[in-house]
Amino acid sequence: MTEALVKLDSVSVEFDGRAVVDRVTLSLQRGDIITVIGPNGAGKTTLIKTVLGIQRPTRGQLAMAADLVIGYVPQRLTLEPTLPLSVQRFMLLSGHNLAECTSALGRTGVSHLLGASVHHLSGGERQRLLLARALVRKPDLLVLDEPAQGVDINGQATLYELIRELRDELHCGVIMISHDLHLVMAATDKVICLNQHVCCSGFPEDISKDPAFIETFGHQVAESLAVYHHNHNHRHNLHGDVVGAGDTGGGCGHDHH
Amino acid sequence: MTIINAILGDFFWRALLAGAGVALVAGPLGCFVVWRRLAYFGDTLAHSALLGIALSFLIRLPLNLGVVITCVSVALVLVALSRTRTLATDTLLGILAHSALAIGLVALSFMPNVRVDLTGLLFGDLLAVTRQDLLWIYSGAVFVLALLAVLWRGLLMSTIHEELARVEGIPVERLRLVLMLMFSLVIAVAMKMVGVLLITALLIIPAATARRLARTPEQMTLLAILFGLVAVGGGLSLSWHLDTPAGPSVVVTAFAVFLLVYASARK
Repeated sequence: MTEALVKLDSVSVEFDGRAVVDRVTLSLQRGDIITVIGPNGAGKTTLIKTVLGIQRPTRGQLAMAADLVIGYVPQRLTLEPTLPLSVQRFMLLSGHNLAECTSALGRTGVSHLLGASVHHLSGGERQRLLLARALVRKPDLLVLDEPAQGVDINGQATLYELIRELRDELHCGVIMISHDLHLVMAATDKVICLNQHVCCSGFPEDISKDPAFIETFGHQVAESLAVYHHNHNHRHNLHGDVVGAGDTGGGCGHDHH
Repeated sequence: MTIINAILGDFFWRALLAGAGVALVAGPLGCFVVWRRLAYFGDTLAHSALLGIALSFLIRLPLNLGVVITCVSVALVLVALSRTRTLATDTLLGILAHSALAIGLVALSFMPNVRVDLTGLLFGDLLAVTRQDLLWIYSGAVFVLALLAVLWRGLLMSTIHEELARVEGIPVERLRLVLMLMFSLVIAVAMKMVGVLLITALLIIPAATARRLARTPEQMTLLAILFGLVAVGGGLSLSWHLDTPAGPSVVVTAFAVFLLVYASARK
């Protein structure tokens, strides 16, 4: 057994006494890809920030491997229009040399943009730039907050494929937030469904045509993607929002506040 | 030495040197004001400088020290209050800026035995710069520029993306405090030159002008210094030839350069 990169033991984060993340336990090893899904306001981003070490847990234990290098891909890069910034300058701000920066940009397929202004990049190009920025640090752990946001459908599949490849090359751990259920199922080892607490977690290999899952995500979704066992007492719409309580009898066996 | 003495003995040269010293630090710090949207924040600090002057007279502190201490305190209060989020930041800044200015003015009026040149404090008195002022300005400038050079990458990264910077181990909060300290220092030093009402102009206008031509943050910083120097030189010449007030003339020149650059630069 290798040592876990990050280990959360019953971690809670409270804002004004309200638990945004509720007793979450997870452990991430090298080579793992964990995807966090869940409705809006489920605490996904807060959980990710806890893993990053920039949000202190109110309760519970957070353990990180020694000398852990984290590559972080934030949800988006919003740049002040008054701040002139070229791709090259942004990459060099990582503290790594130009050769390393160019090679990282090449790996995410945007090395031709080296001289471009960050302001003129498209959504997809920005995400690839952010990924390259994380990559140049040669991370042990890659943390991505909705990496495919603003990327078109074709680009999304390629992006998730790229993340898988990077995991193999760097032999790093990956944890990400995603809304794209189809792609999550295809690209992930383990899915955690979060709604303050961990509703359920599962491996895409344990696929079954579970009626509970179909009820949760709808027939169309269930038919068109790999399915994993999922017991819910609420429904999601396609955006991942909770749309109302479903079968409360089965449920996940705990209360949603 | 005689040349230096001759230069320092001439009030116009002293004013030019003082203005140049202020422009050297106002350039890079002005860029941060523009990038971080701190224009109103800078205004608030500048206004509270007057309160600092009044306090210095009251408790017999050196003026510059009193101003720095007051600016830093106001900055800290601002940070603390903006965290509570009971009032929008611009409302908060408006309250503090004008209250500090008003309290300063009222406090000064209670000290009839203290003769203060109020116009000088509000609009600056660049032509009354002494050798001692020059010493203050240049030691302040060297200190701030050295600090900026050392902390540059961290300051820039936390300006671009605060959380990314934090994940990369940059002490974002501490840098914010250092930046405020630098603002306070520059305000204390520049107040005498251009006055509390015009300091923000000297920070923002050259930086905004530079934005039009720059492709990297470093270029913008250097261009901002250059435009600041042009404003000081042009403004003082204007003041010399047309007998206009020096501080406002510098700001007017900066504004003219801004208009010129924006009208002529194609993008």
